Order: sequence, then structure tokens, then C-alpha cells
Amino acid sequence: MGRSASQDVLITLVVSAVLIWVMPLLISTYTLTVLVIYGMLGLSLGLIWGFGGILCFGQAAFFGLGAYTYAIAAINIGESTVPMILAVLVPAVFATLLGAMMFYGRLTDVYLGVITLVVTLILFKFVNSTAGPQYVIGKARLGGFNGIPGFQTLNVPGDPDAYVWGDPFFYVCAVALVIVFLLVTWLLRSSFGRIAVGIRENEVRMGLMGYDVAARKTVLFAVGAAIAGLAGALFANWGEIVTPNLFSLGQSAEIIIWCIVGGLGTRLGPIVGAAGLAYLKFMLGQQSMVDNTLITGLILVLFVLFLPRGLVPAIASVLSSIFGRTKRRPNASRTRRARHG
Amino acid sequence: MAETVLETHGLTMRFGGVTASDNVNFKLKAGELRCLIGPNGAGKSTFFKCVTGLLTPTEGHVYMRGQDVTGWQPHQIASLGVGIKTQTPNVMDALSVHENIWLAARRFHNVSEAHGRADEIIDRLALGPIARTELGQLAHGERQRVELGIVAVADPWLVLLDEPAAGMSAQDVDRMTEIIHELTRSAAVVIVEHDMQFIRSIAETVTVFHQGAVLIEDHVDRVMSDPHVRAVYLGKNS
Repeated sequence: MGRSASQDVLITLVVSAVLIWVMPLLISTYTLTVLVIYGMLGLSLGLIWGFGGILCFGQAAFFGLGAYTYAIAAINIGESTVPMILAVLVPAVFATLLGAMMFYGRLTDVYLGVITLVVTLILFKFVNSTAGPQYVIGKARLGGFNGIPGFQTLNVPGDPDAYVWGDPFFYVCAVALVIVFLLVTWLLRSSFGRIAVGIRENEVRMGLMGYDVAARKTVLFAVGAAIAGLAGALFANWGEIVTPNLFSLGQSAEIIIWCIVGGLGTRLGPIVGAAGLAYLKFMLGQQSMVDNTLITGLILVLFVLFLPRGLVPAIASVLSSIFGRTKRRPNASRTRRARHG
Repeated sequence: MAETVLETHGLTMRFGGVTASDNVNFKLKAGELRCLIGPNGAGKSTFFKCVTGLLTPTEGHVYMRGQDVTGWQPHQIASLGVGIKTQTPNVMDALSVHENIWLAARRFHNVSEAHGRADEIIDRLALGPIARTELGQLAHGERQRVELGIVAVADPWLVLLDEPAAGMSAQDVDRMTEIIHELTRSAAVVIVEHDMQFIRSIAETVTVFHQGAVLIEDHVDRVMSDPHVRAVYLGKNS
């Protein structure tokens, strides 16, 4: 991170303002909205995996939890402000408990993957089996595989009749993504973020330095879940229905693929990967020649083989070699050369 | 009389039927430099891991500055002001030398003070020219030096080093010796090592481990000339 914090913020604001202005001219805002939401979901995993080294196979669990929390709370409350807040808090609290169990239990990566995967599966199975009338939270029926339709969608805070939908809803989502992005930037620049990267690099050493690794990983895991929960709530508002498919393993796998393709260990990569692949899926969905998942799989294989660091780092290194800008890698090799003469 | 900074009472560690550490009573005074030696499998590293919290001993107790720390996590022990270096280099490969040392300093100081301390240590260890280089690109000796920097920057009062000279060139070892001597000015140091040359150059009191237990504890010269120790090292069961 060679740039200063204020430069970083300025560039982020300018680029995102241009994108928010230009993109609706190219793609319909209805589609763009879901791309932005997926971008946020990608960022949530990109943060904990790319910067904290926590490979969570169940990021969809927090996404779905956020969406369901929103739907259930919106039906019961009838105004969207508190449900939005709950949709962030519930996944965060759930992740804190789950994370504390895993990280204080000193589980290694493989078991972490297995547990997060199984938790997603359990939620998927459970929500699917709640079709009966006995599964009610307040006024909201869980609805099993039919999901929950007909809840209060996003409204101007305090005015339940002033719905935010269509173009304004896109702008709300886009601004939310920018704010989350800036918060993630700030977090990564803070000591907490730098220590998280240290933990990603070497847990044992960070422990020997005196850092409580388990506590820090739990907090980071919860932050990731909170972002995924917010994305889930926005998704619920976009689709105006929540279904158990939000918890599906396919969804979880997709998030991981977004991160790999976009570029792990960057803030932008997972967002670009998510929006790009989701748009591709949307385009492919309009034809019936080839199967969608086949293409996604092929893209993943090609990236792992030819661009293992992902799209964003690859573009960044191409740009820096063209413009002679010194990014991290050239910088390191330069000091090395200087050292040897 | 100097304060006792590290003490173990009847420290025993069993792995299944194997007793790797057998009723070890150990005492270290403030400012002391102590080497732990012994042939492979003598229980040095097990003892080291029990003291640093990487293993929880089956029996016995560990005390640091009089406090019972048996069963503590490594991060809790490190938080007391204990610097630990494990046998294999434990560093953050994708981060720069400065970032590695800064992270260690940040644990005990605020952001700007941590920067100052990191710079100071980098100067002291002559790491200046490579301060911005990623650890993954450095040679083994340099990485070991950075890890000592990570230990030193936290201003520990007790330093535990597991084979700091392993795999290093003679020049690197000389530099390492210097750094360790500097550390002893403010801290008690325990070194687990089996490089005899290195031990001769640095040690005063030496504790010899054999089959999990303490065989002898004496001045380095007397230990080296002890026939029993020689027999152990040559593998004879005398």
C-alpha cells in the first residue's frame, strides 16, 4: 500500500462515482443491483480469506441468514430500518459463536472448511423442512422450500410507505458497497488489519509475539459475516422473496470461485470476480446451448492454471509494467538488486 | 541474589509410552545465559515446548518470575515479556522485514512508537538495506536474524531460543553470537543447541539433557571434559 490513506479514499470515491454514473447506461439497473450485491458478498469472503487466511466454505450461510433475518423481521415490524440492522447483527453474532468454537478449538484449515460447509448444509436442510404451519416466528411463516414472499421491502427510514425500489434502490446498494469497501480499506490499514495479515502469514509466530490469534480470527470472521448479512438483506429486497436456495452449497462454492478468479488478497478482486462472473452467468442464462455451471467450472480451471493470482493482480502488474509504476513486486526486486550492487 | 526468572518443578512430558521429558527441575536467574545441550532425542526440544506453552506438560509445573504458567497458551506467555524463537524459522514470508518487526513491536507499543522501535532494531541488526524486502526472498541467515529482531524488539526479560545457529554460515553465527550477547544485557537467555562450536563460544553454564532428564549442569569447560557427557555424545551407554 504505497498510497496514503486520503489518496486511497479519493481514488475510490472518484472511480466509484464514475462507475455508478456510467454503468446504468450499459446494463439495466435491475441487473446491476444484483451484481453490486454479489460484489459485496464476494468482498465479505475476500476479506476473511484473502486477508485473514480463513477459508470459509459457508459464506452463503451468513448471506442466507441475513436475508431470512431481514424477511422475518420485516414481516413482524413492518418497517425496514430495524430489520436491516438485525440482518447485519444476527449473522455477526452467529459467526462469533461459530468462530469462537472453531478458533478456540484450534481447528486447522481442513476442518474449518468441513464445519462451515456442514453448517451451511444444516441450515439449508432445516429451512427446506419448515413448510409446516408450526414453523412460525412471530407473524412470519418460514415456508420451507417455498421461501418467504411478501415482506416489507426497503423504505425511507421512518416512513414505511416510501418504498425504495428500482433505480433509487440500485443507488442505495452501490453506495452501500462503496461504504463497505471504504470501511474494509480502513480496517486493513489499521493495526487490526495488519495483524490479521500477519496471522494469515504465520499463526504460530503471531501467537509467540503475544497476540491472541483465536480472538482476532473470531472478530474478523464476524466482520465478514456482517458484510455477508448486509448483502443478504439487500438481496432479499431485490428479489422480494427469500428461499432456501440462498443457503445452497452451489452459492457457497460460487463465492469461493469469485474470489479466486478476481484475485485473492486484494480488496477489488472479489468484487470484480463476483460481478463479472454473475454477469456472465446472467448472459449465459439467456441461451440453452451450454450449461452454465460447466462454463463457471471451465473458467475456474483456466484461471487456476494460467492466472493463479487472479484477474485484478494480473491487470495491476500489466499496468505497472506499461506505465512503469512501482507496485509491490517490482519494488521488492529493485531493492534486492540494489543490495547486490 | 538475582531473581529466579524461570523455574520448573518435576516437569514430565509423556507421549504414549515414551517419556520425552523426565522430572526436570530447572532454575534460571535473571541475566543468566544458559545453554541446553544433549544428543538427538534427549528431550531438549520437548522441554522447550513445555516451557513456551506449545505443549502442556503431563506432570510438574513451570514458573516464570514466580508465577505458575503451567498450561498457559504461547500468546499468554509471550505477553508476560518472554521472547521465543522456535526451531524452524517462524516469520511472515509475504511481509517485509520492517512489517515483521513492526508487528512484534505493535503488541506492546502504540503505532508510532512501534515504528520507532522497529527502525531502531533494524539499525542495530544491520537490516537496513533489506528493510523493505519480503521475508520470502531472503537467505536463511537473514531470516534467522529477522526472527531475532522480532524477539528483541519486544524488550523481553526472558529469551528462549531453539537452535538459533542451525544451518547458518560461520559469519552469520558470529553475528548471531553478538546479538545474543547484547540480549543478555537486559534478559536471561536460554539456548537449545547442539552445535558444540557455537556453545563453546557463547556459553558459561550448560545443562546437559540425556534421555529426557538432566544429566549434569555445570560450567561449559567442565561439562565438555566430563567423560560421562562425552560417552553420551558418542552414543555409548556408560
